[in-house]
Order: sequence, then structure tokens, then C-alpha cells
Amino acid sequence: MNLSMKWLNDYVRADMQIEEFSRGMTMSGSKVEKWVDLSAPLEKIVCGKVVKIEKHTDSDKLWVAQVDAGNGSSVQIVTGAQNVTEGALVPIVLEGGVVLNRTDGSVMKIKRGKLRGVESMGMMCSFDELGLSHEDLPYADPDGILILDNDPEADKLTLGMDITEFLGIKDIAVEFEITNNRPDCLSVIGLAKETSATFNLPMNLKQPEFSGAIQNSKDSQSNSALNLKVKIENRELCSRYMAAVVKNVKTTPSPRWIAERLRASGVRPINNIVDITNFVMLEYGHPMHAFDKRYVAGNEIIVRNAFEGEKITLLDGEERVLTAQTLVIADADKPIAVAGVMGGEYSGIMTDTKEIVFESACFDGVSIRKTAQRIGRRTESSARFEKGIDPANAATALLRALELIEELGCGEVVKTIIDEDYSNKEPVRIKHNPKKINAILGSDISWDGQIEILKRLGFKYENGCVIVPNIRTDIRLECDLAEEIARIYGYNEIPSTLPRLISGGEVSKEEIFEKKTGIILQGQGCHEMTTFSFISQKAYAKARLRESDSKSVVIRNPLGEETGVMRASMLPSMLEVIARNYNNRNPGGRFYEIGAVYIPCENQLPNEQKVLCIGLYGEKEDFLTLKGIIEEFFERLGIKPDFSALLSNNSYHTGRCAEITCDNEIIGVMGEIHPFTAENFGIVGRVYSAELKMGKLMQHSLDVAKFRALPRFPSMKRDLSLLCPEETTAGELSRIITENAVNLEQIKLFDIYSGPQVPEGMKSLSYELIFRKADSTLTDEETDSVISKILKALEQKDIKLR
Amino acid sequence: MIKDILDKIDVLRDSVLSSIRDGCNLKDIDDVRIKNLGKKGELTRVLKQMGNLSEEERPVVGAKANEAREMLEEAITERVSELKLRECELNIKKETIDVTLPGKRFTGGKSHPMSIVLNDLKEIFRSMGYTVVNGPEIEETRFVFDMLNTPAGHPARDEGDTFYVSDDVVLRTQTSSVQIRTMLEEKPPIAIISPGRVYRRDEVDATHSPVFHQCEALVVDKNITFADLKGTLETFMKRLYGDSVRLRFRPHHFPYTEPSAEVDLSCFKCNGVGCPFCKGEGWIEMLGAGVVHPVVLQNCGIDPEIYSGFAFGIGLERITMMRYEIDDMRLLYENDIRFLRQF
Repeated sequence: MNLSMKWLNDYVRADMQIEEFSRGMTMSGSKVEKWVDLSAPLEKIVCGKVVKIEKHTDSDKLWVAQVDAGNGSSVQIVTGAQNVTEGALVPIVLEGGVVLNRTDGSVMKIKRGKLRGVESMGMMCSFDELGLSHEDLPYADPDGILILDNDPEADKLTLGMDITEFLGIKDIAVEFEITNNRPDCLSVIGLAKETSATFNLPMNLKQPEFSGAIQNSKDSQSNSALNLKVKIENRELCSRYMAAVVKNVKTTPSPRWIAERLRASGVRPINNIVDITNFVMLEYGHPMHAFDKRYVAGNEIIVRNAFEGEKITLLDGEERVLTAQTLVIADADKPIAVAGVMGGEYSGIMTDTKEIVFESACFDGVSIRKTAQRIGRRTESSARFEKGIDPANAATALLRALELIEELGCGEVVKTIIDEDYSNKEPVRIKHNPKKINAILGSDISWDGQIEILKRLGFKYENGCVIVPNIRTDIRLECDLAEEIARIYGYNEIPSTLPRLISGGEVSKEEIFEKKTGIILQGQGCHEMTTFSFISQKAYAKARLRESDSKSVVIRNPLGEETGVMRASMLPSMLEVIARNYNNRNPGGRFYEIGAVYIPCENQLPNEQKVLCIGLYGEKEDFLTLKGIIEEFFERLGIKPDFSALLSNNSYHTGRCAEITCDNEIIGVMGEIHPFTAENFGIVGRVYSAELKMGKLMQHSLDVAKFRALPRFPSMKRDLSLLCPEETTAGELSRIITENAVNLEQIKLFDIYSGPQVPEGMKSLSYELIFRKADSTLTDEETDSVISKILKALEQKDIKLR
Repeated sequence: MIKDILDKIDVLRDSVLSSIRDGCNLKDIDDVRIKNLGKKGELTRVLKQMGNLSEEERPVVGAKANEAREMLEEAITERVSELKLRECELNIKKETIDVTLPGKRFTGGKSHPMSIVLNDLKEIFRSMGYTVVNGPEIEETRFVFDMLNTPAGHPARDEGDTFYVSDDVVLRTQTSSVQIRTMLEEKPPIAIISPGRVYRRDEVDATHSPVFHQCEALVVDKNITFADLKGTLETFMKRLYGDSVRLRFRPHHFPYTEPSAEVDLSCFKCNGVGCPFCKGEGWIEMLGAGVVHPVVLQNCGIDPEIYSGFAFGIGLERITMMRYEIDDMRLLYENDIRFLRQF
């Protein structure tokens, strides 16, 4: 909402500094976004009269003028304009004054100077140099100096008068952010009331009235002077419809005081009738519409739902096909307006319009909002209706429009007004309990103080009850009154206290576990990332995930295909991040995220599961660096995992993928990403990833590691180089060794070899075994016997000492 | 005879002294010691000649020999420490390094900046007695809207603003749904924070994202007031930003709170004077807050005549971006490692 300060001052004298005004309004709930000085940067431009004008002696095109700038001062100005004559009233920019450059609108400071030897002490200017357009001043010569004698209000001019004042551009436009609950503040009078309450200033507001030049008999609707019928078919969506008729209409440009107020509010003046509807809407916050009565077929107005597929061309020149949910204003034949949104082009006001119908109605907010969305056009009118509107205000607004018609002399009003009214105008009463108000606020505002504030806001007080002004559709409950009192009293004047909380902040197991996970992974060089939880449906195929793992919760109205479904797997998100880093030429990195995957469930909310996804890429990474991270992670969490080759996951390199289980339960998968998967994400190079279920990890994790006594007796070390068939796994070997050993403290694989010294189809694995007893020193004999037992067991699997 | 021995001792002493002085490393000195003072050394050899001396003369020679031994040992000790010092100094000189060389480090991974901030929030609230509660992100409309006094037809429910899965299931637009679930399950007193992901249909740009994070707080008990809300937020903000920050409460509107407020923080760059960071206003818009609307309490089976509450919600992205002066929200979700390493 843009508010003209000049307009505001018609109703309340807010003559404080604009900064103070803005601060005050913001703190009482009408937030000022910014304000604009509309005459800026214009400076030192006054009305002057050309006393004498002669040809420049040294130029064909230049003229030398002597201009009376008021107060007896005379200014010599050299001009190239050809439309200035002796006696003309012109705007002159004095030395040091500022205008706008005609070509690019930039700021131009006027200095004294010489043109072909003749001194020029200022400049005469055109309308564009004042930041105005041809529409603002239709009489002005677009290529010459603005000749003010042609101005309809030239009789108000005095020499030396500030031209911005005269042309009505000396004003400040304040931009407010109005919250949804305050449609009343989308109006000058609404904001004037707020101003009055905020600064405790008196309001200067009269009920509008009109005299009605054209009388009629008592039986109004059939009266020939009125000759109009109104019928509301859908009273749910239209609770009140008022109509008035104006005859002998003369459409002309509006007088300056109307035009300047519209302009300052960001509305372009068009003609007196259209301007009056806009003016009243801005002033009272109630949207109005005017129809050319010639085009109201059958002199009948019907408020009804559109027929499915019915068409109308609106004032924006575009045709709309309507649905049955759309409320329209129709005549006997066709829709003539989309109710509350926009009028039809056909029945719009034109220069030859002779008779008009003014509409002032109340439409259902939700219906208007949906309609505006449906036809893709949100207007000043629909923006007001959609927030809910006071039916009583419809009458005031109509009266104001008719008052303006008479005041501007643009037509004759038929005295009878049609008012189809099914609205509830019973004011809301709320019991006022000052104690309760203070209990809500934690304040100590006296009864008097509370009543005084409410009265300032236009509330009435009667028998312990507060009567809410109709226009305040947002006030229904005691808590609403509390806010009213608090905002005028000042939110920041209310004390600050702390509640006494009995509960003690608890930490969930999940949170502790996630924190621990982060600490361990970060210790291994992994960076935490945060990715979107929705992905493209296509991402599953891109990541070569199975059909069965690709069932997602689908978003009905996504922003785009890229974010169309809730992810059922973390892998695409991880691969996107690695691809982005790869494309940004980062040589490598380790990442992790504990994120949710969303698994659809029949007839209930999706299952949201936490998954830990780890991803690595870069020269130093391989399968075993990833496995090292995971082993360390598991050890620190007290999880004893088993790794086994997994061939069935197509996202991964089938020769380098392991399923991770714990007590025969699958807890995750890890491995190198399949080269095709990487290629699908545009990564040339190897990528490693692991996906682990947080729930399972937690379940298998030991809360606390148990202390083991530090060894007191020496250890004994033995190395075993074993020759085994190529397909034997290291896991199998170490399992056999461990199962057959006693006193084995540590087993470490330190070399794998296959080559010239090893027979075809075989490989050599070398282990370092450390033995130790807790209660005595081991003897060679003891260890030897263990080793031979191990070797015997290995031999049964064709594994020999090398 | 005795004179002869005594002279020999003198000669030996002087010669050994000079070789100690001449010895230029520890080994030389050790050799000198073994050669002259050892069990089979020169001094012992000289003393062996004492056998020919009388009972009276022996102590004289013995005393002389001991005197010489002591002197020499002292000289050796002195020379050794001298040499050790010299050797050490030499080594130190040799081993001197350029202390401005870069260190060898192992760089661990880092927490995402939003995690760091969220963690701070959780710690602060926990210390104030709040419990962290989570809830589903894909949520029923009744928990996201209806019970929060946002009935069907309300603009917030438009498909232009909210992601729908079906008519009655949406991606939650705020974590207030968790508050509703908590109020339905638990009896006051309630003091919770509900951090988590929320979703709104905003296109991605420098200040918007269709997925973002909120941390909302709810307190419900007897006699909870707007003043309690103010005090709580002041305490929280001072813990987060330091004691010098000031808060400003402005009236605002939310369907689920009444009275409602928007809360501004004095600009921590200019301390409220006005600077480019706060666009000259001196204040930065931080969060929305209010006294829980009685209808919301009623919807959750809590009697608004007995209980009252307050709630507020903070955007995690916003405070993260402000804390680290990150100028583009997209960076938070791009996860470029050069970005992630910075926090």
C-alpha cells in the first residue's frame, strides 16, 4: 500500500518528520517499508512570466528571454525552445536548481553560463524535465517548454510559486507492508485511523453525502429514472450489492487534486469516472466498479456463477474462459464483469459514456482469491476482497463516489440507490476484562489506560463490553483486544520476564548418536553436507537404482521435474554433490550426510528413515580407504560388522561392492560406484560411497566401550606367509586363523602378492600375528603349538605355508 | 726416592691436565681418563712404586696422589661439560629450521555451518529447560494447517505456496506441526523446540529455497505471558549474539498466535547505528513470535482458560548466513568442498 502523505493529511494532521511518522507507524503494526519524496530531486523550480523575448543576435535558433520570477526579480534565460511567447507563464529552474535530463532521466544541476556570448541565469523546462508525462499534462507541447497558461488551474498560479507545489508533485509516498488481517489498512482512511491512534491525534472525517439531482417516485426499482434491476443469485458469495445510476455523464480528465493523490498512490489517472472508482477504493478501501449503462443488456444486473465455458473479455483486453466456480456480474445476456476482480472491456467507461452504473458490493474473500488465481490476474480490487471486507463500508464508499460525482460536476446522480443486502452488520461485542488482558500480556495497564487506547482505535465501550468497529473484521476475541492494547501501549513497554520451566531439557538417544557419528566421520576427514530432500524421478535411473528402490512419495505440484519426488535413496544426492565438486575442479573430497529417505506407505504417512551416506572421490581414495573409514566408525560405535561381496547392486561396481551385516541383519552397503553410474552424473573417475541405516546402526551400537586391562606380560610375534587359491578371501583366511588360535591378540595382513614366485592361480597373503597371555609370559612351545594348529586347519582348505 | 715418586705424580698430573685441555671431543677425554686414571692407568702404575716406601712416607704419597686424582677428575668433568655444551650448540645450530615453514597437518572434516548454528541453538534452549522434539516432514494438513487456525481457503494453503502429496498430506511448511503433535500427546507444562526441514514453493535464489530449516519453540503452562516471550527471546539472543544486542518487538500477524510480533535484532555490525548490512535501519528482522492463539490450544485439548503459551520460529538459514556473512543461500546446499572447509 502506497500512502500519499498529502492525502493522509486531509484526515489527520500528521505533520511530524517523516522518520518519526515511519517509526511510530511501524511500531504500532503498520510496517513502513520505505518512503519516497516524489518531488525529489527537483529543486528551485518556480513559476515565471516571460516579460520580453527576442532573437539571439548570434544564432538562428536561440532566443533570449527576460523572465519575471516573482518578488520583482528578473532572470535572463537563453532558450532553444520555439514555443515561448511574451507574456507566457513558464516553469523556470533558477541557478543551482535541479531537473531531470530529458533523454535519460538523470539528475541535472542548472548553472549560470553563456550561450554564444549571452549570459543565461537559469532554464525554462518541459514536463519531462519535471518527471511528468503527457498523460499528466495533456495540454502541454511534448517538444517545447511547458506553457502554464493552458493549465486548467492556471488561475491558482502566482509568480515565484514552487512549481512542484502547483503541479501536485510535492508529496511523500510511504510504502506500507500491511498484514493479511488488516484489509482496512489498505486505505487512506484506515491508515489515518491508525495514525490518529498511534500519535493520539484527532481525526477529521465526515460521513459523505450527495443530494441526488434526479428525483424519483417511492416505488424505486421500477422507476423510469433509475431503470435498473439487481438480483443476487448466489448470496453465499455476494452478501451485498449496491448500485447507483449517474446520468448526463461528462468524462473529462480529473482535477489536479484527484490526479495527484492517485499518482502518489501509484495509480495512473484515466478520466474522472474511472478515477473516482479508484479514488474511493484507495480512500475507503472498498473496491468500486463503474459500468457504461448502454451495455448493460436488459438494464438488469445478476450476480451469479458463470456457466462452464462462458467467455468474457476483460479490461486488460484479454479473453477469459470461465468455470462454474467463478462469480460474475452479468446482465440479461452475458457476464459484464468477473466479480471483485475486473470488469469487462465491453461495458467499460469510454469518452462517449452518457450513463453509468456504480457498483459497491461485498464478495466472499476466498472465492475472489481463487478466481483471481484461476484467471491469472490479481488486482487492487481482488487484493482487498480476498482479505474479507466490511459490508457497512460498501454504503459509505458508494456515498463518497456519488459525492465526488457531484463535487466534480461530472454527472447527475439518481437519488435512489439499489441495495440488495443480506449481510450481517451486527457489531461484534467482546467482554472487556482488564485483568485478563494483563494476564495475557504480563503487563500492568490500568482499566482507564486500556479503555483510552481502545477508544483511540474507534472501539466503543458499553456495559463492560467493547463494541468493535465493523471495519475491523480481524477483532473477534479477547486475545485480539490484548494485541490492540499492546501495540498502541507499545510492545517494547511491556516488561520482559522469564517463565519458570519445570521440565529439564532432555537429549534424545538419536541426537547423541548423530552427534557421535559426526565427530567420528569428521575425524576421518569427512565434511558434512546438506542436500535437498527432493530429487528428480529420473535420478533413480541415473543412479542405476532398482525399480523396487525407486518408489517415491510424489509431489503433486513440484517446482519442476528436478525436484519432483521425495528421495527414497540418498545416493543421487551424494552423486550430485560429488559431480558438482568434480565439475568445479576440486581434486577430491570426503563427504557425509545424515539425511532422511522417504518410503511410501499404504494408507499412512510415509516412513521417514535416517540414512548415513558417505561419499569419497579423488586420487588418494580407493575401496579400502572407504572401508577403513567404515571400520573405524564401527569400532568407535562398538559395532561388529561382517562384509560380504554383493553382486546385485547395479549402482555399484559389482566386483567392488560389499554388503554390511551385523548379526545377520543388513545395515548397509558400501563400494565403488559403477563406472556407468559415475558417467551418468558426468564424473570421469572413481567414486566411492556407503549407505548405512542409522536406525540399525544405533540398534547394534554399544553405548559404552568396556575397559580392558593394559598388558603386563610380554607379547610374542609370528609372521605367516600363506599360499592360497586366488578365490580365497582375506576374510575367510582371517576367520580360520582366529577360530583356531588361542592367546591371539592381533592379526594384521601386511602383504598380498601374486606373481612370478607364486604358482598360477594362487596368491600369497602375509600375516603378522601377535600372541599374549594375560596372566603369564608365553613360551615358544605354547605359541608353536598354536601355529601348528592354525596351519593344520588351513591345510584342510588347501592353504599352505609359503 | 719419595721425592722421585712425588715428582712423577706432579709430572703426570701436569701432562694429563694438558691433554685434557687439548682433548677436543668426548672420546679423547674418555681415552685420557682410562689411560691415566683407570684401574690399569698411569696413576695406578706410579702408585705401585709405593711398595718401596716407608710407613711414614706412604700417606704422604697417597695424599698427593689423591689430590692429583681429584684435580684431574674435576678437570675432566669440567672439560666434558664444556665439550658437551659445545657439541650441543653445534648440533642445535645444524638443526635450526625455518620456523615460518608451513606445518604438517591432518585436516579433519567440518560440520556444515547450519549444523554448527543449530547445535548452538539446541544447547542454549536445552540450558533453558527445553527439550528437542522431532516430527515427520511429510505431514497431514490438519497438523500443518487446520489445528493451527489456518482453515481451508487460507492463502497459506494454496498450491502456489505449499507442496502437496495429496489433498490432506503436504510437505510441512513449518515445524509447528510438531508442536501440535506434542500438545496432543503431552500435558502442560510443555517446553520444546522443534528444529527441522520445512518446505515452501519458492524458486531457488540468493535468499530463497524450497527446502529450508526452522527451529520453533513452544511453551505452554499456567500463567505464561507475552512478557515471558519477550524475556525468553532476549535471553536467547543475548546468549547467541552477546550481551550487547537489543531486541525490538513489532506487532505482526500470524493465524496461530495473538498477540503476534516480529522481532528485530539490533544490527551486530553497527550496533544499531545504521550501516549497509542493515540497510541503514539499525535493525535486522530475525523471527516471528506470539502468544499461542486460544483456538490452537483448544484444538489440542488444552483449556485456554487455564493454560496459555507462547511460540516462536527462527529460520536457520537466515541466522547462519548472518553469522558467517554468507551472501547467497544456494551455497548452503551446493556443498562445494571449498565452502564446507571454511567453518
